[in-house]
Amino acid sequence: MEASGVGSERARLATAGARATVAAKLSDRSRRDVALNTAFAALLLAAVTIALGGLAALLAQAFVRGAPALSLDLFTNTPSTLRPETAGFRPAILGSLELIAGVVLFVVPIGIGSAIYLEEYADKTRWWNRAVEVTIQNLAAVPSIIYGILGLGFIVRGPLDLGFVLVAGSLTLALLVLPLVIIASREAIRAVPDSIRQGSLALGATQWQTIRRQVLPASVPGMATGVILAISRALGEAAPLLLVGATVFVTFDPTPFGDGFSAMPVQIFDYAKRPQEAFQTLAFAGVIVMVGVLLAMNSFAIWLRNRYERTW
Amino acid sequence: MERPAIAVRPEFRHAEGGRREKVFELRGVGVDYAGAAAVKDISMDIGRNDVTALIGPSGCGKSTLLRCLNRMNDLIPAANVHGELLYHGEDLYDPGVDPVQVRKLIGMVFQKPNPFPKSIYDNVAFGPRVLGKTDDLDATVEEALRGAALWEEVKDRLSDNAFGLSGGQQQRLCIARCIAVRPDTILMDEPCSALDPISTGKIEDLMIELKDEFSIVIVTHNMQQAARVSDRTAFLMVELDADEDNRWGRLVEYDETEKIFTNPADQRTEDYVSGKVG
Repeated sequence: MEASGVGSERARLATAGARATVAAKLSDRSRRDVALNTAFAALLLAAVTIALGGLAALLAQAFVRGAPALSLDLFTNTPSTLRPETAGFRPAILGSLELIAGVVLFVVPIGIGSAIYLEEYADKTRWWNRAVEVTIQNLAAVPSIIYGILGLGFIVRGPLDLGFVLVAGSLTLALLVLPLVIIASREAIRAVPDSIRQGSLALGATQWQTIRRQVLPASVPGMATGVILAISRALGEAAPLLLVGATVFVTFDPTPFGDGFSAMPVQIFDYAKRPQEAFQTLAFAGVIVMVGVLLAMNSFAIWLRNRYERTW
Repeated sequence: MERPAIAVRPEFRHAEGGRREKVFELRGVGVDYAGAAAVKDISMDIGRNDVTALIGPSGCGKSTLLRCLNRMNDLIPAANVHGELLYHGEDLYDPGVDPVQVRKLIGMVFQKPNPFPKSIYDNVAFGPRVLGKTDDLDATVEEALRGAALWEEVKDRLSDNAFGLSGGQQQRLCIARCIAVRPDTILMDEPCSALDPISTGKIEDLMIELKDEFSIVIVTHNMQQAARVSDRTAFLMVELDADEDNRWGRLVEYDETEKIFTNPADQRTEDYVSGKVG
């Protein structure tokens, strides 16, 4: 049956009208909605800009003011109070390196061992184990100067009585970052699914064999990331070191049990206090070196984590 | 066809008259989790070189019962196993028995394939290495992979990561891993429920081959699978207490598979296998 001209015209108009209504509904947003949306997005963008901008400003200032002093001499020269032109960071750099070596030696076995015990052996329903968990998290938040006082009271003097030596500084810093290592290691161990443990135990492996051959290898990347981030934290600490013997003026290469030592943050602090402009520049140069090292370490830690992150 | 009005108490019966050796003897075995019963009063014997299937609706404690057989319930602190469970005549839960040794003799394959995050070779070699049996490891690994019908598919890529295998291959890898340790019995907890039908078929064929050497106990949701592969079948059912608060599993009937599926003694079994319930 042929559709009549009027009928088909009516149908066409009706369809067009229906389409237009739907289109209008789909794109119908009140101006107020749009405005609010834009305003909100703008606020969030402003927050990011402030955060990054502040950081960028700090780095830019450090770079601009410290660039003139950047040279290899920084690494080889000893500090001087009289002649900024020949002053350097040598003892501080060596001191920081030795401190970190000590921190790693202490923190890796104790931190990872604690994490393994807490995750694999401890009965989590017991109240004291839960108390330990809360305590470790609180310790991670304690201000670093408190660790300095702890170091002064127990490591430099008190039971250990080591004196104002580099090893005391290492131990103090190690205690400071130990909670971070334990927490990161626990997370890494927890991330290993239970099905792996069950599979291993069902084959007749003991609990220790299961930990050593399955759980630990799978959690090493997470633990390594935790240790690297802990080292980053320890590198930047000045306050606790000041209390345990990091004297601000050290011209000799520090030794583990020698009297007195220095570290990068402390040395920067010292140079920054001096009125001469040249020392200020040196301080900023030190900042550049430190920031460079920290950025490199943190980037490595993030790369490590991403590379070995396993989706189970 | 006459059926007895009373449910037959499941005793170990043979057509041949008790010739076959018993691997497990259960007498009144029950498990509870922190006081709440999961399974009660299970009495049955499991025969050597049999494929014994445990079937029943969800929540009737089949997996719990299976885990008793290799002391995997020890890993759950709240679990408490009571009753008598003999393994080749020895009390499996005697205080002097080391669960680690038990698991070397009684292996387990889990519902979801759980290969280790290592190479295929290292997965299979893990058991022997842990047991200290490292002589001729290559031969052991090959034999285990052949036994699991996986060798041909992976022989050229033994150092590849096990996670690269398909689901069915991963489960066969778990079986290979299990038999590399040369256990006496293999327990399988719904081994095919996460797999596609073709992989399921391959693993069912494997079970029939493996029973020449091992005794197999399998928990399965799939009745047809139990009918296809098993020699004897135990049917468990959920029981509720008076106020319907607590539920636990009980053994209803345990007999030759053919009898369970064609001419069961208990009406409840008949209802379940014919699909009327559960």
